[in-house]
Amino acid sequence: MIAAILVMALGAVVLGAALGYASIKFKVEGDPLVEKIDAILPQTQCGQCGFPGCKPYAEAIAKGEADINCCPPGGEEGIRKLADLLGREFKPLSEEHGVEKPKSVAFIDENTCIGCTLCMQACPVDAIVGAAKQMHTIVPKLCTGCELCLEPCPVDCITMVPIPETVANWKWKYPTFAIKKVTA
Amino acid sequence: MTALRQLFRFHGGVKPAYNKEPSTTQPIADFYALAPLPAEFVIPLHQSIGGVPHPLVAAGEQVKKGQLIGAPDGYVSSAVHAATSGTVKAVEMRLMPHTSGLSALCVVIAPDGKDEWIERQPVPWRAMAPDEVRDALRDAGVVGLGGAVFPTYLKVNPGKKGKLDTLVINGAECEPFITCDDMQMREQAEKVVRGAAILRDLTQAGQVLIGIEDNKPEAIAAMQAAVTQTGEAKIEIVPVPTRYPAGGAKQLIRVLTGIEVPHGKRSTDYGVQCFNTGTACATYEALELGQPLISRVVTVAGNVLRPRNFVVRFGTPMKDVVALCGPKPDSDRLIMGGPMMGFAMPADTVPVVKATNCILVGSKALFPPPPPEMPCIRCGECAKVCPSDLAPFEMYWFSRAKLFGKAQEYHLFDCIECGCCAYVCPSRIPLVDYYRFAKSEIWAREQEKSAADEARERYEFRMLREEREKQEKAAKLAAKAAETKAKLAAAATPEDAAKKALIAAAMERAQQATQNPPAPPADNAEAPPAPPAQQTPS
Repeated sequence: MIAAILVMALGAVVLGAALGYASIKFKVEGDPLVEKIDAILPQTQCGQCGFPGCKPYAEAIAKGEADINCCPPGGEEGIRKLADLLGREFKPLSEEHGVEKPKSVAFIDENTCIGCTLCMQACPVDAIVGAAKQMHTIVPKLCTGCELCLEPCPVDCITMVPIPETVANWKWKYPTFAIKKVTA
Repeated sequence: MTALRQLFRFHGGVKPAYNKEPSTTQPIADFYALAPLPAEFVIPLHQSIGGVPHPLVAAGEQVKKGQLIGAPDGYVSSAVHAATSGTVKAVEMRLMPHTSGLSALCVVIAPDGKDEWIERQPVPWRAMAPDEVRDALRDAGVVGLGGAVFPTYLKVNPGKKGKLDTLVINGAECEPFITCDDMQMREQAEKVVRGAAILRDLTQAGQVLIGIEDNKPEAIAAMQAAVTQTGEAKIEIVPVPTRYPAGGAKQLIRVLTGIEVPHGKRSTDYGVQCFNTGTACATYEALELGQPLISRVVTVAGNVLRPRNFVVRFGTPMKDVVALCGPKPDSDRLIMGGPMMGFAMPADTVPVVKATNCILVGSKALFPPPPPEMPCIRCGECAKVCPSDLAPFEMYWFSRAKLFGKAQEYHLFDCIECGCCAYVCPSRIPLVDYYRFAKSEIWAREQEKSAADEARERYEFRMLREEREKQEKAAKLAAKAAETKAKLAAAATPEDAAKKALIAAAMERAQQATQNPPAPPADNAEAPPAPPAQQTPS
């Protein structure tokens, strides 16, 4: 009887120690779910979801404070991926947050730019080059198309230009066949 | 001696009708000896894999034949040269020889008719460092002429071990209709062999195997004679069995050496590198003659009366070349490349480029429109013929369902798009179209992903920077406040003390005065007249 209790107690102590050790040794830093959600989000950092960036939105989704259909740049595909990841139902994009648009980059009309640096302060990814009273320009490769620079510009010299289809980014189309009308 | 070499077999493959004889009855012709120079050469800047070269000329400039007009941009890129002497008419967007029907930046040259070369100097490559030779090849615009147009200078590399075991020169030319390599080996065997010898020395290869399909006995004989005549050592001509796609790089390496390059590895990891015969010839011309790559041998075949091979300079409109061969009236399209892997051209005005090994003229009778696609019955015929040992029906399944991750698990990117699977498919499914669709979707996603990762990094860095700047500003302000305080404290000199004492005494007096107010002084009325006195300066 006592031997049995001792054996059980010993087992509990050993396993408890092992678990305790593992919880320190293999401690997970941060929330892995937030990282996974953040990886799906398009990283436009546009704030259209109502949060100040993609990461805060990811955190809100993980906490259950935000819905999964608030990201217009991610579009329908993004919502589907989030629904898959979180085991939630797919929902169409919430209209109050905006609509899905073709991918664009901002363009500064350099003749009109007065060099006020307001757009540079607004750009979340530092994609604008320039200095005070010097002309600014956007590095198209780095621009995420968030449109945050449009509003602060006092002379309205920034426009969004859709990314054109070129030989380099052209994609093969899904094979389809013309349906022929058969006269009976 | 060649009979002693043991050859290996690659998996699968098909034997389509070769249709090579008609275009081999006549020797290679210089296009410009039979036809006038075209009214304009439209030379696309992007003619190789990798970065788009940036233009070095502007409209109105005079150029000479062979002059550099597009400088390589980035690590993977290759130079582009003027095809003739003349005036640059424009640097503008023109229709590309590409299935998309899109335009890209081209240099348009109006020939002056003189056809004047730049000064050509042989490159003393034997005395140069390997890096310099590679730069010379890049600046001469030499790219793989088998159709993949990968910059050659990147492949002229002895690999990790410092030397290659085997250099494979690919003269298999397995695709139906195409005979440009065959004819070049027959007529310019010496150049090809000398080029192979240069590549051998540059890669320090232990042996050079020139693989030629055994349906080209004339080319084999000519090359054999050239090897004997030039006396180049360690070069062997190996006839290989005719079976499509024996000309695939991995397939030919397998046949000649028995090495099967596994998924995700390069042939150089196994001491083998592969070049096309045309590339060997271009390397010879670039280094020994100092002649940049401005032309190539192009087969014109298919629905034409007189199929033939021509030396055509890049930028010449395809329709001019086809016109010399007498296209039949029912011709309805041009295909760049062969019937198995070629691409339909958006128009017949597109220029010949470095990738144009063949212009195949099509018609409804010669290449009937594909019959309707039937459901896949999973018969496995495609897997039997796949030269890359893949499961095409699985890849088809997942590509069709847009399950790209699964398609990649079945090694979609090891597919060489040879078309064997579609060739044998009893349900006539255009399998390769599905693979191309899936591949370009996956590529686009990868690019989006890396752009998003970069944006995230930049955003996080910006947040960090803003936080840092805030802290720095706060620290600066605190430091400044401390400084003024210290200054004030330090400024407490004896004079100040005296002043302070005076002030304190004055304040005390004032306080006392308020406590017991004195009678208004009698001389108080004298003060007001003072200002008017100041107002009379003159």
